[in-house]
Amino acid sequence: MERPPGIVRQALKLRRTQIGVVLFLSLAVVAFVGPFVAPFGSTEFVGKPNSRDIEGSLFGTDYFGQDVWSRFLFGGRSILILAVCATALGIVVGGSLGLIAAYQRGRIDEAIMRAFDIILSFPQVLLSLLVITMFGPSPYLIILTVGLSTSPRIARIIRGAAVPVVERDFIAAAEALGESRRRVVFAELLPNVTSALLVEVNLRLTYSVGLIASLAFLGFTPTPNAANWGLMIQENRVALVVQPWGVVLPTLAIALLTIGTGLIGDGLSRVSAGIDRGGKGE
Amino acid sequence: MTKPIILFIGKRAVFGVTTLLVVSLLIFLVTQALPADPASAILGREATPEALAAIRADLGLDRLWYVQYLDWLGGVLTGDFGTSYATRMPVAEYLGSRVGYSFFLMAVAALASIPLSILVGSYAALKRDKKFDTSSSIGTLVLAAMPEFVVGTLLIILFATTVFQWLPAVTYLPPGTAPWQDLDGIILPVATLVISVSPYVARVMRAAMVEVLESDYVEMARLKGMPERTVLWRHSLPNAIGPTLQVIALNLAFLAGGVIVVERLFNYPGIGSALADAVRSRDMPVVQFLALIIAGVYVVTNLLADVGTVLVTPRLRTRLK
Repeated sequence: MERPPGIVRQALKLRRTQIGVVLFLSLAVVAFVGPFVAPFGSTEFVGKPNSRDIEGSLFGTDYFGQDVWSRFLFGGRSILILAVCATALGIVVGGSLGLIAAYQRGRIDEAIMRAFDIILSFPQVLLSLLVITMFGPSPYLIILTVGLSTSPRIARIIRGAAVPVVERDFIAAAEALGESRRRVVFAELLPNVTSALLVEVNLRLTYSVGLIASLAFLGFTPTPNAANWGLMIQENRVALVVQPWGVVLPTLAIALLTIGTGLIGDGLSRVSAGIDRGGKGE
Repeated sequence: MTKPIILFIGKRAVFGVTTLLVVSLLIFLVTQALPADPASAILGREATPEALAAIRADLGLDRLWYVQYLDWLGGVLTGDFGTSYATRMPVAEYLGSRVGYSFFLMAVAALASIPLSILVGSYAALKRDKKFDTSSSIGTLVLAAMPEFVVGTLLIILFATTVFQWLPAVTYLPPGTAPWQDLDGIILPVATLVISVSPYVARVMRAAMVEVLESDYVEMARLKGMPERTVLWRHSLPNAIGPTLQVIALNLAFLAGGVIVVERLFNYPGIGSALADAVRSRDMPVVQFLALIIAGVYVVTNLLADVGTVLVTPRLRTRLK
């Protein structure tokens, strides 16, 4: 069995993983350092709306007379934080349930997987919108819905990776030694599915960024008029012809960020071999 | 059709119907019976208790939750989907034409993306590790990673506004026109959906085709001196499409979610843009109806894929007997 540092190191030798890491890190730097170097506030009125020649404003103003460059520098942080938290939640919940289902088999396995089939018959955007309808787009709720709707998808993969491991002798040996069930699942089983888990983390992060940005694009951000790449595209697309920057900058940012995580995920799955992923969101 | 196959289809259908029932219950619970109250959502925070009570009685929200659910379900089964809070129109009337528009969009996208992704995938498998294979591998990866609205926005920037002005950036369909009357306006939304759905199918198709091309029976067919064209079209392609079918269905089902964002982007007058509006105005009957339709498309496509896979794969067909 390959150990995780080995997988990461091997993956980093691939050109596509290297490009992915560079893309992801640069966008993360923009998202987290940007707010500190932005020339204007994220909702500060700078000048005439949709204007491209305003002094001190690098890319002009947006539909509301705010500085496009500053809003761009502010706009990635919340997307990234929400996406990382949602992915972490999804991995913890989905990963544990997948491992438990694989280890226990029988009725528990059946029950977990059937319950997940129900959740899987909702597209993730739809489920998030349903919850937002009732409770509004609070950040915790977005993390919770995106994370929990991601978890069945992760659970399926992890269960699939864990089932063959459960059959192996060292699990039976651990059981014979009287190790507790929790220890068998998390100390014996878990380390043997880390490569699948790593690939899954990247894939789910890619989708979570996309989903959370999509919700923002539909107008559902935790705070209205927040500087957010998804929302910026929605706000400024009417003026695309006269002032393209308000749309072009955030579009490129989301594109490069998701391509970055996508490339890292592909590099990882290539070296951990045999993991070729099918449907979007499944 | 033999008896075991009919039995299998029947079993899957029962399972599908059960799933839909549970899905409908879940939609109802999330949108209506949970603590957040639709009445105060409609009236806002400053509403008086009397006004709240009045609107609850008016909407039937003062009844027990399962009475409300059964009432709603009964309505759904008889084609009565309630009245939209926001437009005061019957939901079926308000959304009727939109459902047609969206299905048209999804159907065109599906018809374009399935042959395209099968072709790209199998051609990449034929040219394994050559230029076409590596470039299509990177291409599908890049396209697959981006969320649909970003793909769509890039297409708008490229073809409809900033770079070239070849195509309209929005679909223009006034009420009462058929969706095929604005073909120019439908090109970009369809392209967006095709681009976000096809890469996965192409990748899976490539993997399946690579496996088939390395199989003993393909080697046998070649050794027999069969023309390469017959080997590919008669022996390889059908066997590679079998395992890909599930993924195709999964991605077609994904279209149902994809239209929500894509329709919004192109102002396409379908169910997707209606859903975003209804969520904003907390128009519960509309949200419930649309959620049910979208989840329904999901369940039905997956059901068809399960049955389809068994029907096209001889090995699985015999196992049923």
